[in-house]
Parts: sequence; C-alpha cells; structure tokens
Amino acid sequence: MTKVGSEHAPERPRVGLFVTCLVDLFRPSVGFAAVKLLEDAGCRVEVPPRQVCCGQPAYNSGDTADAIVIARQTIEVFEDFDYVVGPSGSCMATIRKDYPEMFRDDPDWSARASALSERSYELMSFLTDVMGASLAGVSYSGVATYHDSCSGLRTLGIKEQPRALLSQVEGLTLTEMQDTETCCGFGGTFCVKYPEISVRMVSDKIGNVDMTCADTLLGGDLGCLLNIAGRMRRLGKTVRVFHAAEVLAGMTDAPSIGEPEKS
Amino acid sequence: MTAATQDFHARASEALDDSGFQKSISTLKTGFVAARARAVGALPEYEEMREAGRAIKDHTLANLDFYLERFEAEVTRQGGHVHWAADADEACQIVRDICKRVGAKTVTKGKSMVSEEIGLNQVLEADGLEVLETDAGEYIVQLAKELPSHIVMPTIHKSTEAIADLFYEHHRNQGFDKRADNPAELIGQVRTILRKKYFEADVGITGANFLIAQTGSSVIVTNEGNGDLTSTLAPVHIVTASIEKVVPTLADATTLLRLLVRSALGMEITSYTTVSTGPRRPGDLDGPEEYHVVLVDNGRTKMLAGAFRPMLRCIRCAACMNHCPVYLSVGGHPYGWVYPGPMGAVLTPMIAGHERARELPHACTLNGRCQQVCPVKIPLPDLLRRLRHEQWENHFINAKTRWGVGLWSWLARKPALYHAVTRAAIGVLGWLGHPRGSFRQLPLAGGWTAGRDMPAPQGTTFHAAWAKRQQRP
Repeated sequence: MTKVGSEHAPERPRVGLFVTCLVDLFRPSVGFAAVKLLEDAGCRVEVPPRQVCCGQPAYNSGDTADAIVIARQTIEVFEDFDYVVGPSGSCMATIRKDYPEMFRDDPDWSARASALSERSYELMSFLTDVMGASLAGVSYSGVATYHDSCSGLRTLGIKEQPRALLSQVEGLTLTEMQDTETCCGFGGTFCVKYPEISVRMVSDKIGNVDMTCADTLLGGDLGCLLNIAGRMRRLGKTVRVFHAAEVLAGMTDAPSIGEPEKS
Repeated sequence: MTAATQDFHARASEALDDSGFQKSISTLKTGFVAARARAVGALPEYEEMREAGRAIKDHTLANLDFYLERFEAEVTRQGGHVHWAADADEACQIVRDICKRVGAKTVTKGKSMVSEEIGLNQVLEADGLEVLETDAGEYIVQLAKELPSHIVMPTIHKSTEAIADLFYEHHRNQGFDKRADNPAELIGQVRTILRKKYFEADVGITGANFLIAQTGSSVIVTNEGNGDLTSTLAPVHIVTASIEKVVPTLADATTLLRLLVRSALGMEITSYTTVSTGPRRPGDLDGPEEYHVVLVDNGRTKMLAGAFRPMLRCIRCAACMNHCPVYLSVGGHPYGWVYPGPMGAVLTPMIAGHERARELPHACTLNGRCQQVCPVKIPLPDLLRRLRHEQWENHFINAKTRWGVGLWSWLARKPALYHAVTRAAIGVLGWLGHPRGSFRQLPLAGGWTAGRDMPAPQGTTFHAAWAKRQQRP
C-alpha cells in the first residue's frame, strides 16, 4: 500500500489499534491484516496490551454503569495516541457516538470522551478518509459481494470506503447484492436471545448472496461475518467469508471464516 | 385495552412458521418500501422537509400546554367541545356519556389508533351499542375479532383468501350468498353494507392525524373516504386524539402531511384530506350537530417530561415497521398490543408499563434503519437502549442475562486476568474446532448453534500472538 497523502493526518501518525474482542478471540488474522494496512499507509502502530472491550455488550444490555467503567478504561488506554483505529464499525461507533453520550453529565470525562471520539475511526474509513491510502500489488481471485454492517453504515457513514479499496484489488470482482444494507440478524446478544428471528434474517441475507453468484462474502464487522458464515456452514454453502481487511492486506491463505484447515 | 406482550417469543415462532402470513407480509418489503424510496427520491427537498417536520414537532412539544389551550379555545369558539382525559378509562367514559346522552344505538368509526389504545370498542359494545369500523382494514379485523397488525395497513397479515372466507361466513346473511374472492368485489361488499350504516349512525367517531391550534380543526387523511362519511353524516362527531397530535397552524400540518403520506404509502397525497372545524353552522348543507374532541393523555405528559419526549414526535406513518427486519419477519401480532414494530416497542412500555412489555425493547438488533427512515428523526434505537437501561435499573432483566453480562463486565475490568482466561479458553476451542473449522454444537451456545454453526477460533488470541511477535528480535 502506498500513501497518496492527506492534509489532515500528521506525517507518520501514531495509531493505537483497537483490536476488538471478536478479532482478539476468533480471528487474530484480521488484527494482523489491520496492522499491515496501517503500517503500509505510513502509520506507526501500537497495540496497548491493557485494552479489552469497548463496553458495548454491557451498554446495549442496559448495564450502563458497567459500560461507563469499561469506557473509562478504554479512554485511559488510548487517549495519548494520534488516532485509535479498529477493524469494526460497531465497536468504533460505540467509541465515537456512545462514549460522549455516556459521559454527558460528567464534565471531566465528557471532554476526554469527546477528544477520543473525534480521533477514533473504523479501519477502512480511516485508510481512505484520513490517510488517503491506495493499494498496490494486492490480488484475490474471486467474485465478492460486500455486506454493509449496520453501525458502520448508519452511525459512521461507511459505504463507499471499503468498496473503493476493494476495487483496487487485482482479480477481485465486486458485485452488489439486493438489500445489502439490511441487518444480517446478528445484533450482539439478539442472535442468541431471538435465535429463530435471527436465523430467518441471516437466511434472507444468504439468499441475497446466492442470487449474486458471488463465491466470496466480505464485510467489515466480525460479528456479522461469524453469523453469516455460521449459517452458511450449516446450510453446506461453499461461499468463502472473509473480513475485508484480510483481502486488502493480501492475507487470505488462512482458511476463511468457519472453513476447515486446508489439507 | 390490555397489552399481552409477554409471549413475544411464542407468537414470533408461530408467525415464522406460518407460510400464508409470510407471503402476506412480504408485500410490505416489495411494495411499500420501494414506493417510499421512489417518493422520497423524487423530492429534492426531502431532507430539509424532514428537518422542518422535526422542528415543528419539537417546538409544539416544548409549548404543548399553550397550543392545547389555544386549540381548546378555538374549538369552543367554533361551537365544539373539548374534553380532557387523563387515561384510557376517563377517555372511554367521556365517549360513553356522550353516546348515552344522545341515546345512541349505532356508532360508526373511522380509523383511530388511540381508540384502539383505550379499548373504546369493547367499552361501547358492553353498553349494548352497535360499533362499526368503517376503514376496510379495520372492518376486517373487527369482523375477525383480531387486533390490527400494522398501524396503517391493519390487515397486512391476512391473505385475500382468508378475507374471502371471512366475508363469506359473515356476509351470507346480508345478501352476499356467493363467495367473492377478488379484492374489488370484497371491497364492494364492505361499501354496500356500510353505506346504510353511515346514515343510521347516531354518533361518528374518528381519530385525528393532526389537530390545528390556530383554527380548532381536526385533520384526517384516508384513501377510502370513509372518514368523511363517518364525520359528516352522523348527528354527533367525536374526535379521539392523543395530546401530541396538536400542531400550531394549518401550514405546519401541511408540511407534516407531505412527510406522512410519502413515508406511509409512497404517495404524494392521499385520496382524501379532511379538515373538520366545529359542528354544522347555520346555512351549512351538512355536517354534525355536535362536534367533540376527546384529548387523551394516557402517559404522554410523563413522556414529555423525560428522555422519551422525541417519541411524541411520531406521526404514525409506520415507515419504521415497514423497514424493520424483525417486524418484517414476524409481523405485528407478537408485539401483543396496538402499536407494533420499533415505535410500538418504545410506546408500549411507556403507555402500558414495563411489566407488560419486557421483551419488546430487546427484540431489536439496534440496526438503526428505523431511525434512518423516520420522517421526524426519532432516535428509536437510542430510546430502545434507554428502555433496556431502565429495565436493568429496575431489575426487570432476567437473572441469566444479568449474570452473563455481569461476568463479562467484571472480567473486562481486569485486563491481565481477561487476557489469561481468554487465551486459555481460545486455545482449547481452537484445538477442538480446527479439524472441522466450525462447531455444530457447543455447551452454553444453544441459542447460536440451533440454526448456525459456530466458526472455530483460530486458536490463539491476537494479544497473545502480538506479544510473541514483539518478543522476536
């Protein structure tokens, strides 16, 4: 990846990678892809070891008190960086939109939350909007369709950025599915609280993937991707599911999500 | 009307398995969603109009006492009567008293969601009155003894065949002895039956899409003309409206009407937009002799005072449910009350109480599409999350969820322990899962694995792998 330059960013910004729980636990390869993409774009990347979760599971469950404690911890860990960047629209929307709201009535923390909020970005939007990055020499062989995850799309306005980056991958054809902006049914704890509705929603999503004849499904949020890949495996589909960062970083040799080890 | 929302799960399952219902509800997705998108897309000033609509509602809500009193003064000046009802019982009692005073036997009704909310039909029927819904959709659900499953299209859950059967059963004794099965004929039957009822009616009850403070008028929009016949042919016209329906001027109502009709039906204007101002004046050729407005609070002032005020902007267009993937999967009946979908998931706990609507704020993925299409920008996901917060604070959340979220939060506050525990657990899961790539079953994950495999983790946490990489020279 080469950097085409941006007026906003410091020359070599110091970026704290917010790994996200799901990437940390399920798919470290997405984290390494994010590091590679950020470094190639000219960032100095650090991974603060004391980071954990953004607090969204507690916040969305109504447990605001715990969410606030976790948010303070995240702010402390990341506030010295030029930017905090994570490979998830959902987690970054929590930091960007929800943190300032959580501390609305707490002047000290409100300022710190807002300061962090303004410098926090989802990975692909950071690469395009802030770093003005472009790719070179990355290839992937396949026809892919991109699922727009809800928080990234509606809270952060992420729509064109991943497509702009993916269009630079050699050998990759992007095709749009119907209702790509419709929720896949993951919804955090929703998918286990209302499994039947969730499975109906993800089945509708997979029906739309099928209609495109794509062999690859990409997205920017691992929660949605685990949901879609999990349902695809159950249905015996062979569509490969990757986080878009893995494709952009040229790191697709590992099995796709839910796929067995290649023998 | 009693809210019965406790069995959301069971009703949702039934709806998912009902192929007839699934076919009916799919018309929303293909028809109305596309029609709205076209109507909104054809209007360059839509976003500005949306902002104007939000501002009109917010201004009115901030000065609600002023505009309601102005409305009352204007209605009175026009010779009408305004009645204030604190709750459902008071509202029903006011209507009962009017019906009793005029010796009413037959009541015709235009579509009014607030009358469903206060359970007016049941109360009047218990008094021995004949109550007839005149909106075709409401007529059908009344005949079928069902609740509306949608606030604009009450019968969206019913197929034409089911309606044909229903009419054949109930209309045979009214001269329709042949089973009709095409929509035009079915609507024709409703028209024929209702036509004479409009003239027989002693009282006509309608709702209000808007109340105009400036002129003391009530405004309704319909596509069937039933509202006009209900409000003008009976000697007494009663308007039931919740207090947040008031707007300052006719011009304000017009702005909101443009938003409402596009958002609800994808149309530019409805067939009928009816403005009722007071009873018949000397020299008028028609119109009711009495005009009453029952202003219903039923929980609104409580909402006005707190964080849920934005919900009172709602103009009942139903765009939120038309675009809600949960509503589109299960329909309106699992929500258990008058208002389904995202707006209902907020309104039901606010009006009927948290205890009766515990599930509703959770039956949502917080995907935000409802807010995106809301013509008055109600932050529905934030309000639903706030309801979850109130439930958490009031211990309405079940022990399993509290325990699970609590454990996660406790662990998340201890980074060193968190990373040690997760590294060990992920190591085991990765080792077990990697031959197949995913799990068909996992302990404690039945909700996930009932319909999905669980993709196996890669076997190490990112943090462990990163630490290892950093140690390399």
